[in-house]
Amino acid sequence: MSTMSVSTPPDAAVPDAAAPAVGPSPLALALRAWPVRIALAVLCLVVLMAILAPFVGTTNPTRIDPAFRLKPPSAAHWLGTDGFGRDVYSRLVYGARISLIVGTGVVLLAVSVGLVVGVLAGYFRVVDAIVMRVMDGMMAIPGILLAIALVALTGAQVTTILVAIAIPEVPRVVRLVRSVVLGIRGEAFVEAAQTLGTRVLPMIGRHLLPSTLAPLLVLGTYIFASAIMTEAVLSFLGAGLPPQTPTWGNLMADGRAYFMLQPGIVLYPGLLVSMLVLSVNVLGDALRDGLDPRMAKRI
Amino acid sequence: MALLVLRRLMAAIPVLFIVALIVFSVLRLAPGDPAALVAGDNASPEQVAVIRQSMGLDRPVLEQFARWLGKAVQGDLGESLISSQPVSTLVADRLGPSLSLAICTIVLSVAVAIPLGVVAAWKQGRPLDRALMAGSVLGFSVPVFIIGYVLIFVFARTLHWLPVQGYQPLSEGIGAFAKRLLMPTVALSFPYIALIARIVRTSVMEVMGEDFIRTARAKGAPERVVLLRHALGNAAVPIVTVIGMSVAMLIGGVVVTESVFNIPGLGRLVLESVQGRDFTVIQALILLFSVVYVFLNLAIDVLYVIVDPRIRY
Repeated sequence: MSTMSVSTPPDAAVPDAAAPAVGPSPLALALRAWPVRIALAVLCLVVLMAILAPFVGTTNPTRIDPAFRLKPPSAAHWLGTDGFGRDVYSRLVYGARISLIVGTGVVLLAVSVGLVVGVLAGYFRVVDAIVMRVMDGMMAIPGILLAIALVALTGAQVTTILVAIAIPEVPRVVRLVRSVVLGIRGEAFVEAAQTLGTRVLPMIGRHLLPSTLAPLLVLGTYIFASAIMTEAVLSFLGAGLPPQTPTWGNLMADGRAYFMLQPGIVLYPGLLVSMLVLSVNVLGDALRDGLDPRMAKRI
Repeated sequence: MALLVLRRLMAAIPVLFIVALIVFSVLRLAPGDPAALVAGDNASPEQVAVIRQSMGLDRPVLEQFARWLGKAVQGDLGESLISSQPVSTLVADRLGPSLSLAICTIVLSVAVAIPLGVVAAWKQGRPLDRALMAGSVLGFSVPVFIIGYVLIFVFARTLHWLPVQGYQPLSEGIGAFAKRLLMPTVALSFPYIALIARIVRTSVMEVMGEDFIRTARAKGAPERVVLLRHALGNAAVPIVTVIGMSVAMLIGGVVVTESVFNIPGLGRLVLESVQGRDFTVIQALILLFSVVYVFLNLAIDVLYVIVDPRIRY
């Protein structure tokens, strides 16, 4: 993605800038750093956990067993049981599913909506004026509060939670896409395309969109991390999925009352959430530095 | 200067209007009838109708919005559907704890983050810098309530140094106040320290590359003066931005922290009203927080001009 000048004087003693770059690309280099490798490993681990949940020694995560409440780790219950006698280990493993589903869903939703709105706002002045006011208004409302209110109003299913978490993320995407489009609007190739009479859709699709992809990828990674965290917070506050559903936030919410007795119920899901969010953030940083270091100012 | 403030205020008005619009319409999405909620299960349809009329819900939606907004601007945020107390009273009662937590957090965050960031920029590339930056990614990746629980685990459960939760107002003694507020403040500060330290480091690093820094060094100024007076002063704009952003983000953080540490503040009020479907209060609170955010941004814009005289709007 670096722009290399081809106009070096032939007699210069400077290295020939027109020669093709040898060696790994900046992206490959960024992704080889050991923190990134660990982050990728953690991410893969969580994904595997989610996919293979029924096969890794878990029992029914919603099965209540009042006789076995709050037991410490044992052979039957690898991480002990919670306040209702449910197996903590199983709930932990199944919880990965919700986190990943919510994370991916929110990113897809927020990015698709934000991309469309952002491109239109960047390209058409009239749209821009209205859209940016609305985005400013949306950004003024604290995201958590908006999400809590939305979930409380529309019910606690996965789809409503996805929408509730995605909505506060949309302004970030819109801003980024808009700034990219505004940045390239004055470029020669856009002007050339306009002169050639390119219609709006092909203009957007073929000329404007490709420049937004790299920044969007990086932002999407950050939104993924943020969505997982928000879902955990929502469940923890009791404003997320119903308490029987095994999510990491719900685990922590259940475990609060017994924290002094069995701190593990709160700490294990907490550890997992932290590790996953941390790994995704590290990945995002690596992607950002690898794709275009200039992005660091914008994202 | 006065003109600047006025212009910014004028620009803020459409944003505030849109915020009010969003807040109002979001809450109108509620399935279910608030009048029926207030009336209770055993009310007859006539009673529900009377209540609906007294709540103004039988008017057209636009008129409801206009009335609500009109009252809100005058400070009347309505009454709680559950307790019938005026929302303003509820807010006033809960303001103290939240404000204390917020202010202590900001002070702690800024006091810790700026030195950390400056040191990281100074020792750029060396192990200390790397460690600090790694710590900062950690700081905003670990959710606040988890940090809170870890702190409780270590300091309250294991070491028994600090009380687990609760809040003591300042009027009842500074010792108790501080002891109770210490863990929530530290827990809540983590992500902001992380964020602010990073930005401080980046901006100071950028400024350090400027010519006037080289000149100052050439003139024999001690490194400490170079760092603090020349670099930091000129790096102030992004730092002020991020501090402002953090203050705004605090609102969400306060909700969670109050829940973990059982502090009777505005954050807890939000949760209680959500659980109780008290949508007058929810509406009023979200509006209140958003208005605060908008005015905060305004204050930051004005602060920019003070900090960096080159900026002219």
